Amino acid sequence: MEPKVINQTLSKAAHSGRWKYGQHSCFCQKQGSGNNWAYGYSVHGPRHEESIMNLIQKEVEKCDSLNGFFIIMSMAGGTGSGLGAFVTQNLQDQYSNSLKMNQIIWPYGTGEVIVQNYNSILTLSHLYRSSDALLIHENDAVHKICAKLMNIKQISFRDINQVLAHQLGSVFQPTYSGEGSFHYRRNPLGDLMENLVPHPEFKMLGVRNIPQMSENSLAYSTFTWAGLLKHLRQMLISNAKMEEGIDWQVRPPLSGLPTLGKMSLNKEFHFNTSIANLVILRGKDVHSAELGAFKDPALYTSWLEPVHAFSVWKTQRAFSKYEKSAALVSNSQFLVKPLDMIVGKAWNMFASKAYIHQYTKFGIEEEDFLDSFTLLEQVIASYCNLGF
Amino acid sequence: MEEGVVNEILQGPLRDVFDSKQLITDISGSGNNWAVGHKVFGSLYQEQILEKLRKSAEHCDCLQCFFVIHSMGGGTGSGLGTFLLKVLEDEFPEVYKFVTSVYPSGEDDVITSPYNSMLAMKELNEHADCVLPIDNQSLFDIISKIDLMVNSGKLGTAIKPKSLVTSSAGAFKKRQEKPFDAMNNIVANLLLNLTSSARFEGSLNMDLNEISMNLVPFPQLHYLVSSLTPLYTLADVNIPSRRLDQMFSDAFSKDHQLIRADPKHSLYLACALMVRGNVQISDLRRNIERLKPSLRFVSWNQEGWKTSLCSVPPVGHSHSLLALANNTCVKPTFIELRERFMRLYKKRAHLHHYLQIEGMEESCFTEAMSSLSALIQEYNQLDATKSMPAEDLPRLRIAV
Repeated sequence: MEPKVINQTLSKAAHSGRWKYGQHSCFCQKQGSGNNWAYGYSVHGPRHEESIMNLIQKEVEKCDSLNGFFIIMSMAGGTGSGLGAFVTQNLQDQYSNSLKMNQIIWPYGTGEVIVQNYNSILTLSHLYRSSDALLIHENDAVHKICAKLMNIKQISFRDINQVLAHQLGSVFQPTYSGEGSFHYRRNPLGDLMENLVPHPEFKMLGVRNIPQMSENSLAYSTFTWAGLLKHLRQMLISNAKMEEGIDWQVRPPLSGLPTLGKMSLNKEFHFNTSIANLVILRGKDVHSAELGAFKDPALYTSWLEPVHAFSVWKTQRAFSKYEKSAALVSNSQFLVKPLDMIVGKAWNMFASKAYIHQYTKFGIEEEDFLDSFTLLEQVIASYCNLGF
Repeated sequence: MEEGVVNEILQGPLRDVFDSKQLITDISGSGNNWAVGHKVFGSLYQEQILEKLRKSAEHCDCLQCFFVIHSMGGGTGSGLGTFLLKVLEDEFPEVYKFVTSVYPSGEDDVITSPYNSMLAMKELNEHADCVLPIDNQSLFDIISKIDLMVNSGKLGTAIKPKSLVTSSAGAFKKRQEKPFDAMNNIVANLLLNLTSSARFEGSLNMDLNEISMNLVPFPQLHYLVSSLTPLYTLADVNIPSRRLDQMFSDAFSKDHQLIRADPKHSLYLACALMVRGNVQISDLRRNIERLKPSLRFVSWNQEGWKTSLCSVPPVGHSHSLLALANNTCVKPTFIELRERFMRLYKKRAHLHHYLQIEGMEESCFTEAMSSLSALIQEYNQLDATKSMPAEDLPRLRIAV
């Protein structure tokens, strides 16, 4: 919203010399939303609905074939979360046949914005109703990647954004469609959603990348597909956020044995059950990569066969500076714990009615909060029960 | 109000900052009488004030907030200043009002200051969005500390002269420094740091309306204790990272607060850190992690931190920090104020000066008292929860 933020973004992009935003493809107002979801949703949204939708329509008309919309937003603030939720809802109404994926930045556990938990639950509950898939990146995880894997001493937002861009690029860069065909995939967004979101109750997707390291270390490392995939699989099973510190003790439950009782969110060794997984391989000798381990039915929930639950995309072309790299997009229990934490904190704050007057000022009432809580508790419960 | 005071400003070095069309003067002041300031001058000048406000507001692309800077002990500042709050609320209901109030210290020269402050408090309670209380004694202590450091043989010329938080570096011309100038400079720096994120770019910027949103959990509890660090910069540049961490620690010590308060030993409701200069997000996070265990936050806001980064540091420093805390340590100030008020009110001393103004009755005083008592009671209730362990409340159960 704020002009100096937008101008900074535009000039940075143009500075790189490789691409830039169109002159008029931006919208800004003098005043932001003051970290207030209600302001972004109920004031900025309706006020600027027409201008924003017109801008979007102009871009849509330029497309030969519209795959869908990819909306990048944060959850902690006011504009990204509130206005983002509003725009997504509008896209649902106006372009009901197009797919929508929202890329969400999950805030740091402590100390970004005090009301971030409120803003987050309101955003998530609204997006769950109007979006088709939510691709989630956690600031805490990306921060750790910068610190441990990339060895950056003083981490700035530029470093964090770079890791995010790398993760997104590893997913959305072109890949071949189908085995052996030499055409590129025409609709990555659609294919991704088709494979990963079989049921509207389960929309939360997480991304894991391997390898991720600083340029200096890269010169001394070699990779094999077997090694990369073994690590990636264990990252999936043990819910690790990066390739360091993986818990190798976690194993999939042996089939035939009774399940270990209801999944407790506090248990240390719980196993991450997936609904669907997509592995994207980029680099040399990609056809020799062996993916049998990912097709193990023990990894998946009982109501989906591995043949439907697991898909793989490949391309010979290396990504970034990595000779071989793999990305995993997973619809699994990755995000249950963070979601549970945010809902818990928001609930505690809500019980003492703190900050509520700031939201009711702009039309978001206590019932809206309660609706959000109900929806999200439902989502948490559904994901928890995947282990059966 | 008094022409003499206003004329002096107009002849000083800051004369070009003020638009002469925007000044309202009267021959005499309010005689340290809140009633004169509020009722008499209020009704007399209401039209003029409204007119000038509207004109200035129309020049704005986007009006973010109003800053009201006044003292509580006198007549004009407290009376007319708080009258202004009501006017602003009626005329511009959506615009935030930030009030910087200078509270009277223990020994101050105005006898009726408890009355004036109490009456002004009621208005602040009801009409301000955010109040930053400051008191002269703390400002004076900070200045003495700086003088001690500058004049003691220990550091001598090792302190960069421009970097004192009390210096007028960056102001137009050097002139004869008067006693209150240094203290005023501290408050000026406070306001500059507060608005820096709105004026300059940064990696994590923060608007002024975000301050109110994040730091005011309940509409009544909008009193924020502020502290500024560093007070001075050593000319020796060989101490990078420890100085930075020291800056964060200092912000929470009671010597750096702009009001007599000890936030470390009271309960935090929320805290905002506004950092300027070359500081990265990882430094900020590291310091928050480091300081969190020694501070007590209210149970439903255990991670109640709001942060902002602005890349432009203030003049003479490489980085600086402004901490705003919504903390129950303002309670003693209010309790003391109530006590001093009671001492005068019990004897009904000086009351006739107020009651002879039209519109003032004894009920004004009792109402103000009960409003302040209610506020103190709210803080008491929060303090009572200080020692209780944080309990997670039972969540909604979903039928599976």
